[in-house]
Amino acid sequence: MKREGSPLTGVAAIALKEAADHMTSARMHLIMLLVLLTAIGAVYGAIGRIRETTAEDPFLFLKLLTVAREPLPSFTSFLGFLLPLVAIALGFDAINGEFARRTMSRLLAQPIYRDAILFGKFLGGLLVIGIALLTLWLLMTGLGILFLGLPPSGGDVARGIAYLAATLAYAGVWLALAIAFSSFIRSPATSALAALSVWLVMTVFWGMIVPFVASVIAPLDPLDPMSVLAQFEAQQAVARLSPQTLYSEITAMLLDPAARSVGPLFLTQLQGAVIGAPLATADSLLIVWPQISGLVAAMILLFTIAYVVFQRQEVRA
Amino acid sequence: MNGTVIEATGLAKHYGKAVAVAGIDLRIDAGEVIGLLGPNGAGKTTTILMLLGLTEVTRGTVRILGRDPLRQPLEVKRTVGYLPDAVGFYEQMTGRENLAYTARLAGLPGERARERIDAALAKVRLSDVADRRVSTYSRGMRQRLGIAELLMRDCRVAILDEPTSGLDPQSTQELLDLIQELSREGMTVLLSSHMLDVVQSVCHRVALFNKGRIGFFGTLDELAARIGGGAYLIDVEAENIDLGQVAAGAEGVKSVSGTGEGRWQVEAETDIRPRLARLIVEAGGSLRNLDLRRMRLDEAYNRYFREFSHEA
Repeated sequence: MKREGSPLTGVAAIALKEAADHMTSARMHLIMLLVLLTAIGAVYGAIGRIRETTAEDPFLFLKLLTVAREPLPSFTSFLGFLLPLVAIALGFDAINGEFARRTMSRLLAQPIYRDAILFGKFLGGLLVIGIALLTLWLLMTGLGILFLGLPPSGGDVARGIAYLAATLAYAGVWLALAIAFSSFIRSPATSALAALSVWLVMTVFWGMIVPFVASVIAPLDPLDPMSVLAQFEAQQAVARLSPQTLYSEITAMLLDPAARSVGPLFLTQLQGAVIGAPLATADSLLIVWPQISGLVAAMILLFTIAYVVFQRQEVRA
Repeated sequence: MNGTVIEATGLAKHYGKAVAVAGIDLRIDAGEVIGLLGPNGAGKTTTILMLLGLTEVTRGTVRILGRDPLRQPLEVKRTVGYLPDAVGFYEQMTGRENLAYTARLAGLPGERARERIDAALAKVRLSDVADRRVSTYSRGMRQRLGIAELLMRDCRVAILDEPTSGLDPQSTQELLDLIQELSREGMTVLLSSHMLDVVQSVCHRVALFNKGRIGFFGTLDELAARIGGGAYLIDVEAENIDLGQVAAGAEGVKSVSGTGEGRWQVEAETDIRPRLARLIVEAGGSLRNLDLRRMRLDEAYNRYFREFSHEA
């Protein structure tokens, strides 16, 4: 059966309204305050450390984001840990919240398709995260200029922007997950808990589960040295099921121009390589292209699940 | 603005094996106010959702102003306004902002939307509180805000689901006045309600829902006739007499039932008060009161479901 009219009618109105809601909500203010404080702490620590150790580095500004000073982790690992929390906070009550407020049936009676509601909510959340990330990055760069007394180079900026785009995709995965939960769990509190438990498993426990799973898939054979490699590769494959792993690999490649590979490297492969020489930005991107595709694919997959569930849902709450 | 606005034929909805609506036919003309009546679970809300295209039909067809709500949902929803049961608004936004949001969704350009919103708010007498958050609104104000939304969007058909439930008598009256005003301006109104006196005061025709079917569709007079009772009810108060024996079988009397000590209710085809008075006096009774009234809708409704619940 063919329907008439564009399913995108009203998407912009919904996305902007959602974004405005998020921008003014206490929930968002609290969590952004948390992110901001940790980010400033991390970068401040990094600046101190860079001053102590690095004399000359062509990519000083990237170091700002990756260098850590005990006991604080680096800015990027903070972001990798906290960003899912931001995304979940924005998305966990996207659909079931409308039911709880009893606004859903009125919203659906407007001259728009259901598709527009889900698209609009997703885009609205992504827009807010994008604005927050951009602000954060500019703030960090500003701090860097202030304390280091150097402007960022072109390469710094290009890698920084690629990193921001990848981070947005990473946040999109978690936003899509939260929206998916909100569409098939009717209570906002339960869907928030469900999304948070997935986040905990993926960011904290996955690293502990992975070696165990890998040893089952590819057991070590003391007589076969290649089994070590097989197990390592199995471990990497399982670990990459977590968006957290994909994201940290992307970060490692994009923010460290000297990094050559995310997988195992053999000595023979390093023959003739100038150790420590930076790669071109495009080359670094090329290495983590599969990881970036993986993140985008996960985002689309989760969004599709939410979409299918929502389209089939009865309006009557 | 003449002609058929809503036309449903053989409309049915099954949820798995449960049958919510078992095939109904409905034809509503422009400018009519139609009341949908029936017990909970009789299929009223499901029917409304199917008319709007918000839920898929299992069988049957719907045409609203000649359009199919499932194939041309945007066109249909542009002309049909829906006020759901216990309507919700975004609590953190003001009444005006809520309307501005739906205006954007309806694609109204900014300047025109502002004018329309102001006019609509004035009409439902919410102009004074338009810039207060909806969380401070009472239930009656929310319902009026819902009506303002329909006015702002300039709908030709309004479907109101339980618009008066939970309202105090004064708010109910205000809402009814609004509905009548809308109807006078040519809007077709479809409303479902449990409050029968509400339906009686505003509706031109009623549809009685029973177990997923429409048991009766027509005017109140037709309903009274269909049920077989006379359209006239006379409340009698008298002493020293048993009206049940005296009046039973008298000409024009359909039935007599006692409603208390010295009180009876007589059902008649015409106004037979003089004859009743004479009968009572001749039998030696002292007449205190004779009160003629038409059958109220709730009486007809209760009687309908008593008599016809085994059918359908």
